[in-house]
Amino acid sequence: MALDKATVARIAALARIKVPEAEQEHLAGELSQILRWIEQLDEVDTEGVEPMSSVTATRLPMRADAVTDGNIRDKILANAPQAAHGFFAVPKVVE
Amino acid sequence: MADLTDLTLAEARDGLRRKAFSAREITQAHIAAVEAARPLNAFITETPERALAMAAASDARLARGEALPLDGMPLAIKDLFCTEGVETTAASRILGGFKPPYESTVTAKLWAAGAAMLGKTNLDEFAMGSSNMTSARGPVESPWRRPGDNRPLVPGGSSGGSAAAVAARAALAAIGTDTGGSIRQPASFCGIVGLKPTYGRCSRWGIVAFASSLDQAGPMTRSVRDAAMMLQAMAGYDPRDSTSAPVAVPDFEAALTGDIRGLRIGIPREYRVDGMPAEIEALWQRGIDWVREAGAEIVEISLKLTKYALPTYYIIAPAEASANLARYDGVRFGLRVPGATLDEMYENTRGEGFGAEVRRRVLIGTYVLSAGYYDAYYLKAQRVRSLIAQDFTQAFERCDAILTPTAPSAAFPIGERMDDPIAMYLNDVFTVPVNLAGLPGISVPAGLSGDGLPLGLHVIGRAFDEETVLRVGEVIESAAAFTAKPQFTAGAAP
Repeated sequence: MALDKATVARIAALARIKVPEAEQEHLAGELSQILRWIEQLDEVDTEGVEPMSSVTATRLPMRADAVTDGNIRDKILANAPQAAHGFFAVPKVVE
Repeated sequence: MADLTDLTLAEARDGLRRKAFSAREITQAHIAAVEAARPLNAFITETPERALAMAAASDARLARGEALPLDGMPLAIKDLFCTEGVETTAASRILGGFKPPYESTVTAKLWAAGAAMLGKTNLDEFAMGSSNMTSARGPVESPWRRPGDNRPLVPGGSSGGSAAAVAARAALAAIGTDTGGSIRQPASFCGIVGLKPTYGRCSRWGIVAFASSLDQAGPMTRSVRDAAMMLQAMAGYDPRDSTSAPVAVPDFEAALTGDIRGLRIGIPREYRVDGMPAEIEALWQRGIDWVREAGAEIVEISLKLTKYALPTYYIIAPAEASANLARYDGVRFGLRVPGATLDEMYENTRGEGFGAEVRRRVLIGTYVLSAGYYDAYYLKAQRVRSLIAQDFTQAFERCDAILTPTAPSAAFPIGERMDDPIAMYLNDVFTVPVNLAGLPGISVPAGLSGDGLPLGLHVIGRAFDEETVLRVGEVIESAAAFTAKPQFTAGAAP
């Protein structure tokens, strides 16, 4: 599959990564090359094969439904680029 | 007294217990070596005060006769492990200034075993790379040079800073992480031992996530015994990592019996890849001869999907990375680049915060997971992954361990292979299948290339059978008697 510039712009928007228009053409070429190489997997017959998402047991362990941490608000906020009144601060999202 | 920076962990343990030197002395020698190694750019953050404070606590325990297994051992930590109060960058601009409020399980276990932290080592950004050239903090130089050629070489990657530090005698040992070869390939390039344990053997809690179904922490050392000592401290079930395995941790050093008589060693015919240099083929044959002479039985095996492991990996790893790296949004930690709206702030932050390789992989991952392509790419790759794992299961019915080369070449000059992502990905052709199947693998230095650079041999084992991997690794280490040292060493006297 060859990706065009518009597809790169669409994926970049999905991934929330700003890709300057001047770089989109070049990136489309690089990503297309990688995808063409990946598509050799089409040679493998996977009819009836279960997809594998993890090498570990599919049943995840359960833990007690109990609070094991908490009261660390200031520790959590310590790395925030912007915090106010004990909250993370972001640009206005509701008019 | 022997140079304190040239000891193995096992030798340091003996010296400390005999009181031939103190934890403070060996730590100070390494702090000086870390400074002397600065031209390699192996460390992102140096933590000498913390190392000395930890050494003082070790000396107190040693004096009381209550020594812990790693007391007095100064270590280098890949800057992908969260360390409480010490900047953790993943070699990315997007995590600049991040000081974790918690300690990763693996590093916490090392400190609980008495080890001291020298600093945080450089890596490929978010561990995505095989050369350490994608680091936002600049490339690491290998301490090795081709004789008569002054071009700086890559240390391999992604754990390139850890490998360079151990090879240059700037750390007694180090830890790295391995998602597709990131411990074993740099170990091979730098002439040291690198062990990727079984998936689930070491907790991933507090490790900056790249591809969660593949990532695994492991030791990088100057001997196989040292790798066993390190793994002993690092391994074990952790309820905070739901994929951590609730299995007993054996005595790994006790597995180093030197006796591999009757063991069946598998040689996968599909690993004879096109264009593999003759010297790699010759090294592999020497390895086969060594284990045969030690009494092992050589069995030809087939891992028929080997050539499909890399393309499978380059769907699964970027897909998982695109999900894991969604957390870098400029809100909770690290870099924020302002924007007029929340979305614009996300896009600006991630556009400026991620380097070219990380951006490429997040975009590939986003694409293969997107509506309309999920089945064709992502599900397809997961099905091929099943077949790759089955290949190994079937092979291990006929053998007890598998022997291969670690990488298809020796180290290359900094700057090469950067214009072609796929050429760079091929570095991991022999290591990636092991991650997909979740198995343990070790790289042991086994010889020098024609141009004087280290080459490693790779032993793969059954899940949770690091003991056999270590035992075979040590037999190869003894037979190879690799004593070559890099041209640059940071310790007091070479």
